[in-house]
Amino acid sequence: MLSKRLIACLDVRDGCVVKGVQFEDLANAGDPAALARRYNAEGIDELVILDVTATIENRRALAETLRAVSAELFIPLTVGGGIRSEADAEAALDAGADKVALNSAALAEPALLTRLAARYGSQAVVVAIDAKREGDGYAVFARSGRVAAARQAVEWAVEAAERGAGEVLLTSIDRDGTRAGFDCALTAAVSSVVPIPVIASGGAGTFEHFHEVFTAGQADAALAASVFHFSEHAVSELKGFLRERGIAVRL
Amino acid sequence: MIALIDYGAGNLTSVRKALTAVGAPFFTPAAPADLAGASGVIIPGVGHFGATRAITEDWRAAILASVKRQTPLLGICLGLQYLFEGSDEAPDLSGLGILAGRCTLLPPRVKVPHVGWNSLSTRRRSVLLEGIRDATQVYFTHSYAAPITKAAVATTEHGVRFASAVEGNGVFGVQFHPEKSSEAGLRVLRSFVHITTSAHP
Repeated sequence: MLSKRLIACLDVRDGCVVKGVQFEDLANAGDPAALARRYNAEGIDELVILDVTATIENRRALAETLRAVSAELFIPLTVGGGIRSEADAEAALDAGADKVALNSAALAEPALLTRLAARYGSQAVVVAIDAKREGDGYAVFARSGRVAAARQAVEWAVEAAERGAGEVLLTSIDRDGTRAGFDCALTAAVSSVVPIPVIASGGAGTFEHFHEVFTAGQADAALAASVFHFSEHAVSELKGFLRERGIAVRL
Repeated sequence: MIALIDYGAGNLTSVRKALTAVGAPFFTPAAPADLAGASGVIIPGVGHFGATRAITEDWRAAILASVKRQTPLLGICLGLQYLFEGSDEAPDLSGLGILAGRCTLLPPRVKVPHVGWNSLSTRRRSVLLEGIRDATQVYFTHSYAAPITKAAVATTEHGVRFASAVEGNGVFGVQFHPEKSSEAGLRVLRSFVHITTSAHP
């Protein structure tokens, strides 16, 4: 049976992890490779590196980070943030990423998803969607949630899948950073309609939140950052918690 | 040295890194004739079966000749599917036809592509899966899958049960990605490397 995936997100700026790192015994808590190693030992299923600066001059730092992490880590690695062109995607994949997550660039030019899928396969193309509840629906925002994209989350997810995206990384702007739980209604609305896997993101605060998003939210995977940083054993404890409640996880 | 065939189907960085991590010497052959001296051959690949169109007739002939010389062959993901007669994904193309049967689309009642960690049900003794316990989880990402025939040494279920590892007469294949399956995956790659070194004393 296919396991529900737990994905740790590392926000990286200029080659350093920038938030919420509280592992006491890490010599360099901001070192993405050291943190990735720890997560891997803990049993994390996948990693996402989010390049939070993503300016052109920092591309080299990102490539070095990817090389360092992927040289010793043999689980899937996704890069998001600032992938704006085929050249950006190529650089990330050549440096060791397995997948690229596209957000604003895909909204600006949906055909980019198709071109990348044709070149690298759909499994390498993740559409990242930032959505906010508006009335009965969920509006999509670009540019880190700053610019309304005049699209609805469900329709955009369906179109992105048709255009070649292999997975949806769905972030609730309302819940992001709140630790109040994933937006299960948003996640279920998208996951029940698209044929491809949906990764829920935004709002993880407790173990129960993961249980909710895998059941009521119909998520195929859940992504979090700070939850995994708080305890050295958060990943393995969370997996044990989920397994006791009948959720298939990789142990 | 193991020949890692690059025919443009996806990115080989991860496979290269994993082979490096297990200490396997490998090269990317520039011409079909380069397979002649290889201790083993790996056909990787992700994405659409149509990508195998880039494996031209001369390469096919060289791969089949190396199999005939009993050089161990490992197909990964699309590479496993290519060992069969063909795939519904690109009906006009032929696979190598070393294994009987065709690859078919996973059923629509489950999420496709099949992405994530799923368990191997081992069926019989396998050299490639040496030391891999039944129910070990490995990482998959694919939409089409190979039929279960006598070549299957492990199966996996996602909507339907399919062949997740095949083996026979020096020909091996895995539908999962050993280069992305953590310790279990590296163990499988090590086993293949061991097979290549013991096949050529």
